[in-house]
Formats: sequence, structure tokens, C-alpha cells
Amino acid sequence: MASKFINITLKIWRQKNSQAKGSMETYKLDHVSTDSSFLEMLDQLNEQLINERKEPIAFDHDCREGICGMCSLYINGRAHGPDTGITTCQLHMRMFKDGDTIYVEPWRSAAFPVIKDLVVDRSAFDRIQQAGGFVSVNTSGRTIDANSIPVPKTDADKAFEAAACIGCGACVATCKNGSAMLFVGAKVSQYALLPQGKVEAKNRVLNMVRQMDEEGFGNCTNTGACEIECPKGISLENIARMNREFLTAALSNED
Amino acid sequence: MSILDSKIPEGPIAEKWTNHKNHLKLVAPNNRPKIDVIVVGTGLAGASAAASLGEMGYNVKAFCFQDSPRRAHSIAAQGGINAAKNYQNDGDSIYRLFYDTIKGGDYRAREANVYRLAEVSGNIIDQCVAQGVPFAREYGGMLDNRSFGGVQVQRTFYAAGQTGQQLLLGAYSALSRQIGLGRVQMLNRHEMLDLVLVDGKSRGIIARNLVNGEIERHSAHAVVLASGGYGNVYFLSTNAMGSNVTAAWKAHKKGAYFANPCYVQIHPTCIPVHGTNQSKLTLMSESLRNSGRIWVPKKKEDAEAIRAGQLKPTQIAEEDRDYYLERRYPAFGNLVPRDVASRAAKERCDAGFGIEANDTNEGVYLDFASEIKAKGKQAAFAQGDHDPSEERIIELGKKWVEEKYGNLFQMYEKITDENPYETPMKIYPAVHYTMGGLWVDYNLQSTIPGCFVAGEANFSDHGANRLGASALMQGLADGYFVIPYTVSNYLADEIRTGKIPTDSPEFDEAEKNVKDLIQKFLTNNGSKSVDHFHKKLGLIMWNKVGMARNEQGLKEAIEEIAALRDEFYKDVYVPGNADELNPELEKALRVADFLELGQLMARDALQRKESCGGHFREEYQDAEGETLRDDENFKFAAAWEYKGMDINQSELHKEDLKYEYIKIAARNYK
Repeated sequence: MASKFINITLKIWRQKNSQAKGSMETYKLDHVSTDSSFLEMLDQLNEQLINERKEPIAFDHDCREGICGMCSLYINGRAHGPDTGITTCQLHMRMFKDGDTIYVEPWRSAAFPVIKDLVVDRSAFDRIQQAGGFVSVNTSGRTIDANSIPVPKTDADKAFEAAACIGCGACVATCKNGSAMLFVGAKVSQYALLPQGKVEAKNRVLNMVRQMDEEGFGNCTNTGACEIECPKGISLENIARMNREFLTAALSNED
Repeated sequence: MSILDSKIPEGPIAEKWTNHKNHLKLVAPNNRPKIDVIVVGTGLAGASAAASLGEMGYNVKAFCFQDSPRRAHSIAAQGGINAAKNYQNDGDSIYRLFYDTIKGGDYRAREANVYRLAEVSGNIIDQCVAQGVPFAREYGGMLDNRSFGGVQVQRTFYAAGQTGQQLLLGAYSALSRQIGLGRVQMLNRHEMLDLVLVDGKSRGIIARNLVNGEIERHSAHAVVLASGGYGNVYFLSTNAMGSNVTAAWKAHKKGAYFANPCYVQIHPTCIPVHGTNQSKLTLMSESLRNSGRIWVPKKKEDAEAIRAGQLKPTQIAEEDRDYYLERRYPAFGNLVPRDVASRAAKERCDAGFGIEANDTNEGVYLDFASEIKAKGKQAAFAQGDHDPSEERIIELGKKWVEEKYGNLFQMYEKITDENPYETPMKIYPAVHYTMGGLWVDYNLQSTIPGCFVAGEANFSDHGANRLGASALMQGLADGYFVIPYTVSNYLADEIRTGKIPTDSPEFDEAEKNVKDLIQKFLTNNGSKSVDHFHKKLGLIMWNKVGMARNEQGLKEAIEEIAALRDEFYKDVYVPGNADELNPELEKALRVADFLELGQLMARDALQRKESCGGHFREEYQDAEGETLRDDENFKFAAAWEYKGMDINQSELHKEDLKYEYIKIAARNYK
């Protein structure tokens, strides 16, 4: 793992707050280790800005190992940058060449307003979850034994694959319609595939889809860009399953 | 000196919790909506506590600094969660989980708490399955298990390498349900900056809205701190960037004792440090030690050649490899507890056998070649091929490994640009978890009435070393199954109190202190960034309060941190304003507290003149380099009382640990 160093130019979206008008600003950054992650490169830029008495760039990040879903950068026109199956914090500078110009923007979607610079507000996802993304079981510790309902391995595996969604919003940012159906489809699918989720399945899908629409997310036109940019490889099948669930629920709903 | 009452209930250990619950006071359902509870942090402990208290009918306010409660760092736990279900019929029981945890903790944990943890562990799995957590299953539809370090049974439940994520999303779903029902008010992007005491009781917090910078007052009848551990005092750790000690430290400054701060878990299998701009270290799950064998070259010249890039690990012959864990600990082999595995790696690297070409040559191999062959052969046989070719075996073996650890292998490759299916992983220990934390009694109440502490933020269950897959268990046990009972017991005396006003002098003063500190940082006009100081602190901590400690180094650390802290207040530069999203200001407020905590950790390590679990004092080891405990003099939890910024004034209180059900013995994994 011999480190190399590159010099780059960055064009980064700066915006003071949600009301302010933003613009792309240009920064030069030298001596970036190719072993650095993209966010470590931004740390380095911020250190440089601080030393120059300029305001550092605000960006969301936390775990820096690809699981918390907090980082959210649109890099060179792609959610989480030029690699597949990763979050921005897992993007490494070895993906770039000396002399490259790199464009960095926040997630762009009407439902994800910019808070500052590269930081956006994704609380719409939380509200969708609150509308039905749960099994209504209280925490008594007096439920039935965990093994009393066998779950076929294929169902458990598929439920897990859907549940692996990290809620980062790359699907929305990537979609030309700003649709959240991959995110919602994954949550609906996780529960639809498990016996524990069946009881409330109808209300769940109806409520989550209603909330999704209220938040201003667009519709799915089956382009499939979300699946390609999803860092966790959440499959489009989940959208199909949600549509089936929705249709069944809408047609047979007794309310 | 000792005024610590751990409030352990009377009676046989197996009946303590049940009897205790039966005698705790209750709050009637009609009274619960009149009572406010604050929960700080939304990881496994916080989210589960907030959800449970919300279900019961209390008015709950939950706080997290992230943009969503789902992002708390519990999400990053990979390997699994322990529970004494004995589904594998390999002799597991509540007693055995209790015993393994006490022994794993090197006989420095409180028996009654640990027994309760083991007792409720099975309920956690039941609860999570009922919530729709998709654990790994076998083909028959039953839950699958695996092994973790320090035990000889298979009791770890998992969801690929993302168990923490799945459990947290389960707790988050329960929390979301309560938020949707209006029983929990969720305050995202808020950071607690002080605890407010009124008449000696915990009555609320001061929090900063991180988006608009507003300093807010929130009152409550009780406060539950579930704000995680303090590993980021080392700057480089496996913790998330935002993980911090501030909430716990503010409580400490207001009177909550801080226990065993020197007990830090250094996790043996992390990706080695690569460079000076590195911001964090990445863990490779302990579950990999089920399948990977750890080694370094037997010959120093081979290690040197590897570091120089002249030799590849795959070129080292089997007989020239030193599988040092299998050699030193044949009974547990690669599955010794974390502290033992970490020290053994350090010992080999210090002796010159490290294989990583970084500044310190620190790295060892974690090799999957043997497992790929063994599992490939099994898979071929299962398919009826009793004479498989070498290529077939390797192909099937890789497939098996991918199914089991695919996401971890992918993560490793993305970070290092090396393919672990073809060449061994390089790993080295890194700071991972902190066993120390705010001192709590059996009810998880700190020394401040009404201030409860759950999860990693408290000190109670893991002694001097935590076993793998036990952090998730403790977080959920505290939040789902302990806090709801014990907090209610406390609140039963609060039904006549009425709303706690926030216009009291106590809130005035706390708010003023917070605002003054923020102003101080923003107008300091120093010359160096917050990170500059944080990295310096991290180096002092790693070198002198890290994997191996000695008296001289610890004394130096206390002095050096004091000097660094003075420099920090004189020379730190924090850009931006108070009334906006200002990540540098957030960092400055956190590092200020780390600069106090670091000293206390060193002081605690200095007073503990023995080696136990994650605390290794070089002066106290046997001829083979194993830890030497001193049960006669140090069989106690060290709980520190804050007495001002001069750490030498902090007062030590001791809670004697009694072992009535487990015979205290030297820890032996040989």
C-alpha cells in the first residue's frame, strides 16, 4: 500500500443557510494521500481553510465506515461519487488522478432542503418511518420464544437484504423524479417478508406511501438509477413488492 | 471514604431481579402523562429506553446530535449479540453467560448486575424477533448462532456483519412508533451541554440546537443518559466521529461519580493506521476470528522483507509462520478475549515481527486460507463430490466465506485496496469500547438522584474487559428491561411535583455557563484548529494511557495533558458564529471535556497498581507476560468525584466487589 500524493481542484457548493442563495466555489488542495478517504480529504481542506481564516465547509458524516448513512455528497454528478456499492466515507482518493477537478454538491431534492453548504435535511425519511415502519409490539420481554415461528431462510435473507438500507437518501438524490420508493420499498418489504410484519402489512404500506407523497417525493418510472447508486445494493424488486402490497391493500382495505 | 451504596437486592442471585421488580414502586397509568423524562442519545440503550418509557405513557423527550436517531453509533456494531438461549444445545445457560462475562471482565464487574444481564438476554432476542429484526437463520427456519471470543459455546445471534444496524433499526422502529403517536418528542441535531440540578436532583438539561445554535432549556423529572462511550479521547478509534463524552462529563462535573475510566477496550482486529490524515480506524468484526487465523512470520528477516515489499505473505511457508495465539493459548486459540489478543499482537510487533509498512510497523495477519480450504471441502462433499479438485475446493470455500462475511471483506478491500480472499488481511488493535463510565447502582441510577445512565455510558457490566457481542446485549437490556422499571420506581415519588419550571436560577446559571464557554471559544482568536489539539491529546493517550501503561508514563501524561489544555484554551481558533450550524464549535466543546477526562483516565490507571483486563500495567505481569491482578488490594470499582479542573483534587471512592457466586480465580485461557 505505497501512498501516492495528488494535487486537486475542488468545486464545492457553498450556501450560508437554507434561505441564502448558494454558489459553487473553487479550492485548490495539494498533497492529498491517495490512501485518504474522500472525507479525510475534506478534513484536510477544512484544516487549510481554518489556517487561512476562512470558513470551513459543513458536511454531514459520522461513522466513516459506511453504515450510519449520514454522509451525503454528490460527487462528479454521482451520489457517493465514482464507485459502486459504497458511501462517500468509503470512497478513497485513489479513485482520482493528479490534476483532477472534482465537483461536490449536496443531495438535490425538494424533499431534502439544504441546511448549510453540503448538509441537507432528511427528516422526511424519519416521518415516513413514523407513519408505519414498525411492528406494533410493546417492549414487555414477554413475547413468544424467538424460535417458535420458523422463518424460511430465503425469506429471512431477503428481509435482511431489504433491511440493510442505511437511509442515506442516495436513491432520492439520484432519481430524476426525486422518488423515495427504493427507501420505502425496502422498509415495506422487510416487514412484508416476515411473519411478524404480516398483521399490519396493509395499513403499513398505505400509511407509509401516503406520508411519502405528503413529503413531496416524486414517483417511480422504473429507470433503475437508484439501484445502481445505492451503497447497499437494495434491489428494485423491493419497489415491485411495495407496489404489489400497495395495490392489494388499496383494493382490499376495509376502512 | 466509601459512601457508595450499590443497592444490590437481598436474596439468592437468581431471584434478585424478580424480587426487586416485585417490590419497586409503580406509577399509575393516569399519572404517567404528568411526568417528563429526558433521554439523551438514541443508540441501542437510548432508543430502547425512550421507546419503552413512551409506551408506558410518560412524556418523553429524546435527544441526538445526528440528523436522525437511526444513525447512533450502535449501528456500526458488526458481529452479534449474545443470549443464553442454548438453541445449539452446547451446554449454555444463564449461569454460564454470567460466569463467562464475569471471568471475561477479569473479575472486576458487579455480580448482581451481570447476572441480571444474562437473565434478560433471552428476552432481548424474543423482543427483537417480534419487532421484525431479520436475524440470520438456518435452512430449517431456526435462528443461527456463532462463537465469539472468550467462550466455548455458540450463543451469538447475528445478521451478517450488520447486527448492530439491524438491532438499532429495530429499536428505532419502536421509537419511531412512539414519535408518531406523539408520546416521544424527538429532537435531532441537538447536543446536551449541561445537566441541571435543582435541590440536588437531576431536573433537566441545557441543549444546543445544532442547526440554528439556539441554547435551549428542557426540564424533566428524570434524565436518562445513554450517550455512549469515550473512546474518541484517543482521537483515532473505531467510534464515530461525533461520539463524545460531553453529556456524561457534564453530569460528572455536577456530581455524578465516574467509575473505572482507565478500563478501555483495545480491539484486536482493526485495519492498521495508514497515514497522518487518517480520521478514524475501522474494525473488522471479531466474528472473523471464527474463521481467520492470526499470525506473523517466525523469522524477523521475513517480517522485514514483507515490510520492504520484497516478500508476500502467501510466500511464507507454513512452518515459518507463528500462529502466536494458537501457540500461547491452545484451549481458546484465535478466540481468546479481546484484551489478550490485542496484547499478544503488540508483543509480537514490539519484538520486531510486525508486517505493516507504516511508521510503527504495527500489523499482523488474519488469514482465511485454511478456512477457505476446509469449508470448500465440506461444501463439495455436501454436493456429493467426494474427490473435488483444489480449484473446486477454493471456489466453494470462497463462496462460503462470502456468504458469511461478504460485507466485511468488501469493506476491507475498499479501504486497503487489497483482496482478502487472495491475501491475508492486515490487522492491528485499535481503541474500540470503554468499559468505564458513570457509576450507577443496581437501578442504573448515578450518584445524582434522578440521573440514570444506560448502555456504554455507564460502567456496570463488563468489568475490566468486555466480551464480544455483549455491548448490544447490555444496551438493549438496560433500555428495554431495566430502565423502565427502575425509572418508574424513582418517578413514583414525583407524581405530585408538577411541571419543573425552566425559569429558575439553576437553569439561568447553567445556560449562562454554556453561553459563556461558547463565546470564549468564538472570540478566542487563537492560531490552531480544534483537531490540532485533539490529535495531540490522542497521541499522549495512545502512547501513555493505551495498551500498556507504566507509572512514569502515566505521570507524564497527566502533566502533558494539563499543559495541552492550557494551550488549548489560549490558542484554539474556532471559526464561525454561535447562531448557525458550526461543526468546529461542536468539536471544541467536546474536546474541552476530553482534555479533562484524559487526565482522569491516567490518574485512575496510576492508582490501579495491578493489571486486569484492558488495563495493563507493565510493572504487574508474570514471567509469560500475562496480567497480574491484585485482588487483595484492588478488588473494587474506582468511582471518582469531581472536585474542580485540577485532576489531582478528584476524590476516589471505592465500591468493594463481592464474589459470592463465582469463585474468583486467575483468568486462564490456556
